[in-house]
Amino acid sequence: MKAAVITFPGSNCDRDLAVAFERAGAEVVRVWHKDSALPQGVDVVGVPGGFSFGDYLRCGAIAAQSPIAAAVKAHADRGGYVIGICNGFQVLTEMQLLPGALMRNAGLKFICKPVVLEVATTASAFTEGYGAGQRLTVPVAHHDGNYTVDAETLARIRDEDRIAFRYGDNPNGSMADIAGVLSANRRVLGMMPHPERVVDAAHGGTDGAALFAGLVGKMALA
Amino acid sequence: MKARVTVMLKTGVLDVQGEAVRRALGTLGFEGVEAVRQGKVIELDLAATDRAAAEAEVKAMCEKLLANTVIEKYSVEIA
Repeated sequence: MKAAVITFPGSNCDRDLAVAFERAGAEVVRVWHKDSALPQGVDVVGVPGGFSFGDYLRCGAIAAQSPIAAAVKAHADRGGYVIGICNGFQVLTEMQLLPGALMRNAGLKFICKPVVLEVATTASAFTEGYGAGQRLTVPVAHHDGNYTVDAETLARIRDEDRIAFRYGDNPNGSMADIAGVLSANRRVLGMMPHPERVVDAAHGGTDGAALFAGLVGKMALA
Repeated sequence: MKARVTVMLKTGVLDVQGEAVRRALGTLGFEGVEAVRQGKVIELDLAATDRAAAEAEVKAMCEKLLANTVIEKYSVEIA
């Protein structure tokens, strides 16, 4: 199972994401934003957290137009798996691989703390390693995590069971407490909390490990 | 040729920053500010000389990059 982790100028969770994939048993290739193609045989693309392009214009907007973004879009269109975490989630919404947008936190402050998440669906490769409704503790670190979507799309993602994670105590004003959302084919996940920061006991928690283990396990069987 | 793009949040999208500015104005004693919406202005210097073509091109820039049409609307002035 091969995972590609993208690095943009300003990415700062790329190495952590690569380590999380490696720990779960994946072979990891690091990919630079100016590359226009993914390496052969990539099963999963990880779009990491950070402040790509300094958050200029809008968070993720410029990264979404980078050469590698077109390759990530093509990978997703072929049914490939993609996970975007924090800034990576913002990039995926800017690429319109996921619905909605991440706006400034309702309280206007940058929030950096562990939060409680509820697993809202287990019907995805990312979440099937958890129990339905299982509560996890995963850190958030963002200024623009306020998930906003129009009413019609919100109804659709609810009806299609595409909310992957909900906040136990909504820290940022996100609609319907949404912390993570899936694409229509359930193979693209965007989430603001950082599962790659809780994959080792030395991190203070391991609640993120099942996400990567589940994903790698799924690919290994395929 | 110059273009000025104004990007604002769509009507109905909660503008938490605008609301904070409105409250701050109230704190400063400016009464009667019923709503504040915050947006951005982007000025472009264009080599184009044809007004209609420039406008069409800037609109394409807005759709592709300058605005996120999921939450934002834009207007273009050519001068």
